[in-house]
Amino acid sequence: MSGKSLKSIVESLIFVHDHPLSLDRLALILEEYERADIRQALEELVADYAASEGGIVLVQVAGGYQLRSRPEHADYIRRLTKTKGVKFSQSALETLAIVAYRQPITRAEIEYLRGVDSGGVLKSLLEKKLLRILGKKDVPGKPLIYGTSREFLELFSLKDLNALPTLKEIQELAPPDPFADQPALPLDPSGP
Amino acid sequence: MQSNLFSEALDNAYRVQIEEFEGPLDLLLHLIKKNEVDIYNIPIAAITRQYLEYMELLKELNLDIAGEFLVMAATLLQIKSRMLLPVTQDEEEAEAEDPRAELVRRLLEYQRYRDASFQLSSRNLLGRDVFARKFDSGEIADLAPEEEPADVELFDLIEAFQRVLARVSVETFHDVVTDGISIAERISQVLSILHEAKTVSFDALFHTGMTRDLLVVTFLSVLELCKMKLIKITQVENMGSIWITSSSEDAGNDAAPADGPEYDAETEGLVVG
Repeated sequence: MSGKSLKSIVESLIFVHDHPLSLDRLALILEEYERADIRQALEELVADYAASEGGIVLVQVAGGYQLRSRPEHADYIRRLTKTKGVKFSQSALETLAIVAYRQPITRAEIEYLRGVDSGGVLKSLLEKKLLRILGKKDVPGKPLIYGTSREFLELFSLKDLNALPTLKEIQELAPPDPFADQPALPLDPSGP
Repeated sequence: MQSNLFSEALDNAYRVQIEEFEGPLDLLLHLIKKNEVDIYNIPIAAITRQYLEYMELLKELNLDIAGEFLVMAATLLQIKSRMLLPVTQDEEEAEAEDPRAELVRRLLEYQRYRDASFQLSSRNLLGRDVFARKFDSGEIADLAPEEEPADVELFDLIEAFQRVLARVSVETFHDVVTDGISIAERISQVLSILHEAKTVSFDALFHTGMTRDLLVVTFLSVLELCKMKLIKITQVENMGSIWITSSSEDAGNDAAPADGPEYDAETEGLVVG
């Protein structure tokens, strides 16, 4: 069979699957093909999609490949789906960021870094399957240790955890002014 | 401060203003920024005063002050007083560190993760900025259980069963003639239900009129069937309904599965009732 047909088979499989499809999984399904050929078909597909101006992009996410709509079209798609999309609270984002960079991490460590109780936000992130329990730490009290999940990578369009910018890079990136849209406190700086 | 995963509309304007701060570290960073002071050389007296004024404001608005804010207030006051005290020689040798050092470290570290969280939310979020082709319309998803076993954890099953048990009134009359049904019998019944319906929801197997015993037997049957790989238990989405599907869809049609000898032998002794 020609490489071209393998490419279109791979494309169909990725199109149909609900989650990112990994090379391992593809190799398992396409047992009659060589893994190296499948890899090459994937690479060609990625290049094809990147070169096209189409509304669909092939992205590498959570260890697999997935077809996704072009980010620039988000507004139009939201009109269609009539969803507002997920909106995270700052506490959820902070907790996710801390776990993503510091995993495996215990609740106490998260709370020390954030300076606030994080039991509630941890619970809801676990329920949303964005975090998972990795096990128990071998210290007195055997606290649970947390890490991020595959769903976390999918949601935040991350190929893997290494795709996260390092904390050093973030500092250099000069992040958006977090106080820009924060109302001033009704305090008199000169004191009472 | 209460932390909700998804920001909800807050019911009054005051709370909006106050919930802006995730915690004492967030508030301190704000004060440092507002006063345009060097984070490595915090004018602790001024910052402490403003911090306490903010706490006063919270009190005036009759809001509960989270314990963390009080702890930080105490920490600030402690640092302030330590800075006022003359340093003795012993201390100079033992601990020459600036009393503010620990706080600065925490603030910087917190700031790093907060910046990281801004970076995270600026990524292309699935379902917000980018969309993948999948059944995320709730109705469709409910109708078509995922083909791929969505790994229902035993814990999920037990939780679902607990909800079933909670629905059934605890007040049942003592029934002297306990007509116990064996797990094997119940397995046959469940299989014949599945034979007709192919897919049933977990809850549908438990009618409200059932006795507690029958509920337990049914639950054990489901576990047993799962162990024998005669059924597939799937969940469409997180916290969604649990579905039970006959795993022998093509093979099971000719042979009435209720007569299968292999599980009869195994579970004959198990009678609850």
